[in-house]
Formats: sequence, C-alpha cells, structure tokens
Amino acid sequence: MIPAAFDYARPASLDEAVRVLADAGEDAKVLAGGQSLMPLLRLRLAYPDALVDLDRLDGLREIRDDGDAVVIGALATHHQVLRDPLVNEHLPLLARATATVADPAVRHRGTFGGSLAHADPAGDLPAVALALDAVLHARSVRGEREIPAAEFFVDWMTSALEPDELLTAVRIPKLGPGWGVHYEKFHRTAQAWAIVGVACAVRRVQGAVEDVRVALTNMGPVPVRASAVERFAEGRTLSRDALRAAAAHAADGTGPPADLHGSAEYRTHLAGVLTARALTAAAGV
Amino acid sequence: MTEIGTARRRSEDARLVTGRTRWTDNIAPAGTLYAAFLRSPYAHARITGVDAEAARRRPNVVAVLTGADLAGEQGALPCAWTVTEDMRNPAHPPMAVEEVRYAGEPVACVVARDRYAAYDALEDIDVDYEPLPAVVDMERAVQDGAALVHADLGTNESYRWVFENGDLDAAFRDAPVVLERRYVQQRLIPTAMEPRAVLCEPDGDGFTLYSATQIPHILRLMLATVTGIGEHRIRVVAPDVGGGFGSKLQVYGEEVLCLLLARRLGRPVKWTETRSEGNMAVHHGRDQIQRLRLAADGDGRVRGLKVDLLADMGAYLMLVTPGIPLLGAFMFNGIYKMDAYSFACTGVFTTKTPTDAYRGAGRPEATFGIERLMDELAAELGLDPIEVRRRNWIGHGEFPYDTIAGLTYDSGDYEAATDKALALFEYDKLRAEQADRRERRDPVQLGIGVSTFTEMCGLAPSRVLGSLSYGAGGWEHAAVRVLPSGKVEVVTGSSAHGQGHETAWAQITADRLGVPFEDVKVLHGDTAVSPKGMDTYGSRSLAVGGVALYRACDKVIDKARVLAAHLLEAAEGDLEFTAGRFAVRGVRDAGVTLQEVTSAAFAAHDLPDGVEPTLDSDATFDPDNFSFPHGTHLCAAEVDTETGMVRLRSYVAVDDIGKVVNPLIVEGQVHGGLAQGIAQALYEEAVYDADGNLTTTTMADYLVPSAADLPAFTTDRTETPATSNPLGVKGVGEAGTIASTPAVVNAVVDALRPFGVTDVPMPCTPERVWRALRGDQGAGHASAEPGAAGGLGSAGGGR
Repeated sequence: MIPAAFDYARPASLDEAVRVLADAGEDAKVLAGGQSLMPLLRLRLAYPDALVDLDRLDGLREIRDDGDAVVIGALATHHQVLRDPLVNEHLPLLARATATVADPAVRHRGTFGGSLAHADPAGDLPAVALALDAVLHARSVRGEREIPAAEFFVDWMTSALEPDELLTAVRIPKLGPGWGVHYEKFHRTAQAWAIVGVACAVRRVQGAVEDVRVALTNMGPVPVRASAVERFAEGRTLSRDALRAAAAHAADGTGPPADLHGSAEYRTHLAGVLTARALTAAAGV
Repeated sequence: MTEIGTARRRSEDARLVTGRTRWTDNIAPAGTLYAAFLRSPYAHARITGVDAEAARRRPNVVAVLTGADLAGEQGALPCAWTVTEDMRNPAHPPMAVEEVRYAGEPVACVVARDRYAAYDALEDIDVDYEPLPAVVDMERAVQDGAALVHADLGTNESYRWVFENGDLDAAFRDAPVVLERRYVQQRLIPTAMEPRAVLCEPDGDGFTLYSATQIPHILRLMLATVTGIGEHRIRVVAPDVGGGFGSKLQVYGEEVLCLLLARRLGRPVKWTETRSEGNMAVHHGRDQIQRLRLAADGDGRVRGLKVDLLADMGAYLMLVTPGIPLLGAFMFNGIYKMDAYSFACTGVFTTKTPTDAYRGAGRPEATFGIERLMDELAAELGLDPIEVRRRNWIGHGEFPYDTIAGLTYDSGDYEAATDKALALFEYDKLRAEQADRRERRDPVQLGIGVSTFTEMCGLAPSRVLGSLSYGAGGWEHAAVRVLPSGKVEVVTGSSAHGQGHETAWAQITADRLGVPFEDVKVLHGDTAVSPKGMDTYGSRSLAVGGVALYRACDKVIDKARVLAAHLLEAAEGDLEFTAGRFAVRGVRDAGVTLQEVTSAAFAAHDLPDGVEPTLDSDATFDPDNFSFPHGTHLCAAEVDTETGMVRLRSYVAVDDIGKVVNPLIVEGQVHGGLAQGIAQALYEEAVYDADGNLTTTTMADYLVPSAADLPAFTTDRTETPATSNPLGVKGVGEAGTIASTPAVVNAVVDALRPFGVTDVPMPCTPERVWRALRGDQGAGHASAEPGAAGGLGSAGGGR
C-alpha cells in the first residue's frame, strides 16, 4: 500500500463529517469500508487531497424498520446486511445479491452505502437498488435530500452525490406477499465481478405476472432497468415460454462494455439468457 | 522406524501461515533505504532523454539513478543455457540504457528513506521515449520484413533446435489417419503468494543479499559473475519464501541493482515489488504455438509424430529461457510407443516480458499436445479415448523402456493407475449420463477428459545437462551434523519455498538414524549455512536432494559403526543398526545407542587410531537418470451450452510418484498442482494488446481461481518405485499441473463434440466456448479493445 500523500480526517459525528467534507473541497474522498477505494489508492489511480474516514459514525450502521420500507444505514457492512432479519424477511433480493459480493473478508469490511456511492456498474448492488426503487438519503452542510435510485447513477463510477454530500442511508420499500426474487450473477471466478448480472423481482397473482422489476449489472456505464422486459412480461400468463420471450428484450437499449472478460456482443447474448433464468427462478416456474 | 510414509503435519506451517517469520520484506536493518523502479510504459522505444532532477530534489530522496548512470557497472543478466552454438543472446542490461523492449522494463530507480518518498519521486522523473514498433505476434515476428526486437540481430529468431528419431516419412507414408492440429499455449503469469523482495546489506568487506528466491546458490554465483564482486564476498539468504513455481528460479535485474545500490550508497537497500509491477516484470511462463502432425494406423496405433514449435522468449533470454520449451522435446511422445518422432523448436523474440520456467516448464506444454492429440485420435476413429491409449502405451512388462525421444523410462504401471482412476471416477456411469444428456439435448452437456501423463523430473543427471549444453550440473548436496547432545542438524542445498522440506527431511533423517523426528532441525537457504547446493526446481528436491540426505545419513551410520564396534569390543561386521541402536548380532543385551556413540565421539577420550571425533557427514548425489512420475487423471466437466460456462463436476487424479515420504505433503502438492493446471485450462492468460501493453496487470484482470472455483478432488496413488535412486522416489511438485490442463480441455471438447467442436483455445472462457458452439472456432482470443470499460476501472468496483 503505497498511495500518494493525503490529508486525513476521522470525524466523530455526522455534523462534523459533513463540515469536514465541505471544507475539504472537490478532491476529497470519503472512506467507508475501503474495499474499493483502497485498491484505487494503492494503484495510484486516485489522488485525493484528503480522506474523510467515516469509521466513527456508528449511527450510520443501523438497519431499521420504517413501516413500508427498510432503512439501511450507509455504513452497514455487506456481512451485516446478509445477516439482518429485516433484510432477509422484506428484501430477500438484496440478501441474495449481497451473498455474491466478493468474498467473506471483503463483505466484513465493505459497506452497502459505499458500493452504491462508488457507482461501479459492475457492482452487484446498484442494480438491486434500482430494481427495488430504493431512495438514497444524502446530507451536506446545505441540508438533506432524497435521490431515487433511478437518478442516482449518473455515469460510469459517477453518482449524483455532490462533492460535499455524504450518503447516509438507503430507504428500500418492502416487497409484500406474492413476490419472488432472484439475482443471477454470471462471473468467471467466485471473487470476480459480474460479466453480467440480473436482479429480478416478480409478483405473481393468479397465474399471471402482475408486476415485475428487472435491473441489469454491467450492461452499460450505469445499472440499467430492463424496461422492455418488464413491459413484455407484465400481465402475461405465468409460463416459462412467456418469460423467456420477455427476456429476449433484456439488452434492448443497453450499451454493454467490452473488456477482457466479455465482448459487447457476448454480454448482449448473456443478458437475454440470464434474464430468462432470473425471471423463471423468481417466478418459480 | 516408520517415519518415511507418515502423514505428518508440516512443522514449518505455523510460522508460514501466521506470517510471524522472516519474509524478506519483514527484515529491516537499521538505516535501510528503499528502492523503487520506474518502468517503461512502452513495449518498444528508444530512450532519448531522462530528466531526474526534480525527483532528486524531493525530500527524503537519497539517489536517483538511470540505466546510463549504471551502464559502467551493471553488466548483463545471465542466460545459462546456450541451446545451440549459434543461439542469439542479446545483452540484457538490468536497467535499460538506450532502448526498452518490454512494458515494465526498469528505466530508472529512486532510493529514498521510505517507500512513500520513493514512489512519489518516481512520478517526477521525465523520460523521453521515441516509440519503436512493438513485436507482439510470434508468427508474424518470424516472417520476412517483420519489425525487429533487436535491430542488430537482423532477425527475431534466437535459435532453432531439432531432434529426430526414426523414419518419419515412412511413418506418414500411406498412414490411414493423419491428424494436424495447432494448439496455443497461452502466456501465464506465475503469481506466487509472496511477491519478489530483495534486501542487500553491506557487511564488512562483503554483502549479504536477502532475496525471495528459489536459488540462493545459483544466485550467489551469478551475482558474482555479473558484478565482478568476489563470490566469497557475497552471502545470499533465501529466508522463508512464499512460493515461486519457477518464477523465482531467476537472476533478476532488481537483485543485481540492489547489490549495486548498496555498494554505491554503503547502506542496506530494500525493494519489494507490488503485485501489478510483478505481473509485468516477473518472468512469464508457457507461450508457445504448437503445430502437430500425428500419423496412425486404422486401429489407433500411433506411427509417428511431428512437432514444430514457436516458443516466445520475450524480449531477452533469461536464466534458462531458451531451454524451457526443449524440455518438452523429451515429453511429446508421452507414455506411448511410436516408430518415428521429430521435434523442432524456434525461439522467437518479441517485445514482451521474458518467459522462463513455470511449474512444469516445457513438460505441461508437451503433455497437453500429446494428450489432446490422443483424444482427437480417439474421436477420429470412434474409439474410447482410454482404449486408444491402451493400444499405444508402454506395457508394464516392457520397462525399462527406451523411448523414441531418447530417454529410458525406468519404471511405470500405466495399467494399474488407469484401472484405479476409472473405478474411482465411475467412468462407465458418467459415459451413460453423457449419452443421456446428448440424447435429451440437455442445455448442460457433460464432457469427460482423459490425461494419461508422464513427466521427467528429478532434474537432473549432470551428464545429460552437459549434453544439452546447460551451464551447470544437476547434483544436490546434504550434510548431517550430529550435535553433542545427540540432536541432529541437517543442512540441505535444496532451498524450500513452501514445499515442506523441514518436515520431510526431518522424517528421512529420523527414519535413517533412528532419532525422534523432533530432534532434527533442517537448515537451508543461506549460503553461509549451506554453502553447496543446486536449489529447488523441476521436482528435484526429494529425488535428488532427499537422496543426498539419505546417503549422508548412511555415512553417519558408517562412521558411528566404527566407534560402536570399538566401544562394544565387537567386529563391525557383527553389528546391526536398528532404531538408533547398534547391537551385536546374536547378543541381546550388548548394544550402544547412536546417542552414546555421539557422546563418545564428542568426548574423544577413547577413539580408535585415525578416527576423527565427529560423526558429521555430507554427501552429494547426482542421479544417473531422471525419474518418471506418471498417472491417470479424469475430469468430468459440465458445459452450459447457453452461456459457455464450464463447471468441473468431478476430478480424479491417480498419481504414481513412487515411494512417498509424507502423504500429506504429497496431497497438498497434487491439489495445488491441479489448481494451477486447471487455471491454465479455464482461467489464466496474460493478455497483450496490439501495442504490446500488458492488460492483465491486476488480479481483477488476471483471474487466478480460488478453492471456491474448484471441485473437490479425488486423489489416490499407485506405487511403482523409481529404480534410479535408493529411496524409490520420483517427485510430485509438477505432476498435477502437467496432467490436469489437457484433462480439463479434453473434457470441455468432449462435451461439445456433438456440436462439431474439435477445439477451444485456452483458457476456455465462457465466451470462447460460446463462440466455439457458434462455429466461431479459434475466435474469441482475449483482446483489450481501445477504451474498454473493464480492467482497472473495475478494480475499484462496487464493494
């Protein structure tokens, strides 16, 4: 670990944290679990002037029931999310996707909020937040605001957070009865990022698809809601063929990346196959 | 005693696993300075200027040196294997002076009071480069008019080496079956757990150089040769070393440079590489293009084999670079009989990181070629791949057998290993399931891959090395010191870097001398402690170094016998030595323990005339022949035809490595070897773009599988002792790696045969399998497209 020099602050309260962040200017970075930032520092791909370490903000670790939603503190670790009864009961899609994130060591340090704020389209959780219509709570010295997931992921590794804003919590509406969920992650090794991932939730009512949410990991610079699939699936009879036909539209309108692990053409193909699998698994057909 | 054969837990593991030990990077003498290297961002360029003034002015920077600054003293890195008289071996400066020839080649270094200051200063060095054409593709590199890596050589060919035996024309003439295949052994990055690290400490009138190396003895000699410093002024220590797989069988520029810097500055100088730096600058492995032709009779009997290789040397020849593919010359025939064989290899320069030994070194490549061909032959003739092999392999009754490649296999039992593997694998049952899945057109198809391999190891008989123009011998040395208290110190020239010598050597010693295992301490890896040795590589430690120890123990017993006879007032010939005690044959109570003999020797009060007061002994062993481990590996792979994903369902490895000293260590070696061979088949590949940039510089891009990605291995053994050494051992360090790569690829191809697929290039990534299914054979080689979103961006990804 040989990063370039930076200033370091470890505020004791949220108020202090946003103040420090505001004072630190545009080139400060927020340090949560460090599982994404540390490699960037180590490789000298990031040269922040200052690091604002949130380690002491224990208040941001809480996961609580908020009526029709679960509110997850930005500093809750992946491990904590995985073990949390509220998450497992009301947000099983999040639990499933979180279980596929990296490895146990990373999951013990890495945070839910950190992986959203990092806004890597290859990360698993941005797509889940998008599929579940999460609302992200941000705070700065200027006040608080709520950002819907659909507006949060702006571009490759770029979120809607302003440089002085801190992600504090994520509010995710509970899925009620009748929903089935699945996260289909396709990766070459257990610890590798998804080549493509599909986050999917299906509500079944009397043999038909009443409601469906599909979001894709790593099919563009930001996580993508597969709206065409949702449109084609909703209201259809619950059958493998119908779901597969809908899944064929998974890559519609996407601009998947090409890298060492897969060409754009291959990702386009995978999106269809994996979406079909995710849909049928979520629907239980 | 029964120490030999006992599955003891390794006594060195507690310290290795916890890291509470002396890794080179943990050693920090007072006043240590830290070096960092600026590396070329170009594959090929002329250096037209270096401005290091700003870097020199930075706080805590002690020195900044360029290749030009060191040109007068840095010498050239050695290549110890002149494979042909006319081999072209361009000078290889430890730090580039006028031209860089691979991305990652050092061009300047900073020495500072801490690592942070050193790395900060690197960013202030300005190097002007005039780019020259990259030479990336071997096949293009040997064509007329190709851009040259070394302009003054006039060619990119380093050498052409040929071996022929038998009448190949006759073998191919009218042959009912002729197969022609082109296989690519992709380039691999060794990826030892511990990165390279060097610390050089001026020490009176000499230097102590600590290095994470496999070869302290060879390194010492080579450092002396390169720098002109007397060998007696250099002590090399390989403290605990965390893996090498051949990558630390090298004399690296950074080792030479740390020595030169310590000499210039009169201070200890340390350098520890980063992982991404290592990916560029540790020598790579494999990288050859194989053109193979095989002639067979209609019943599957092989008549002849023609092998033509292009082997990528990279930019320079390093310690044994040119010889690596040639080790394959003796292995392409595998375990099979044939009438004619020819092997030709062209060593090719490219503007890439030099290649050299990597686990198996030439033998995995050859084994892959022949084992893939045997499966192809079976498919061509509609025969079971096991049956085709049975028709061709050397029968158990035919040993010793002189092979077409000029070796004498001393022993083997291919029938026994294969029968055992088939039973463990439930071969017939899996074939039935395969037929069923094919019938049902299951989207997940099942493939079965076979690999009946052998290898040559126990490197090596010195006379053979001499005949191959290798620059050294292949013997190994061991010394046994019996301390006055009866405890024993063993000194070995074999330098362990994870293999478990401290346990296995203590077992051999305890077994031979009849002392408790706990009473034996094994010392290695320090030229001041173990001055003689040929170090560790090529599965040689036990089969050569272990035998040297066995012989040294015998010498201890011989010495003790003289004294025991004197003490017992008996004739030497009447003494029996068992369980650490000399007894007079036929006289039950008359005896003396080794401990008592040791005490008597130490006291020296009553020694026979001419007997020295010590039992200490040493021995050097130079084998007459290689050893030839063999085995049958069977792999069942499920291939998802919709996504191209390959999942290994089961893997059976039955190895015959002769006698076993510690079955637990053997098990570990087999598991690790399998993982590395499977990694070549499915996961790993060093990828260069068209400009010669390495795009797999991080572990996010260079995929090394973990336990989570591998099946539970079923391992077993047959035991056919080697006849070439008194322990009957063969070596196991490389067997798993050599055997498994073709077993896995054969399984993948077997699954896809109904779709007309006859090959999938390695690594068999999901996309390549998918493309192969679409009839896009050979396509899908990894390439980093300009502006691709992957790579380092994803290194920060979403966690």
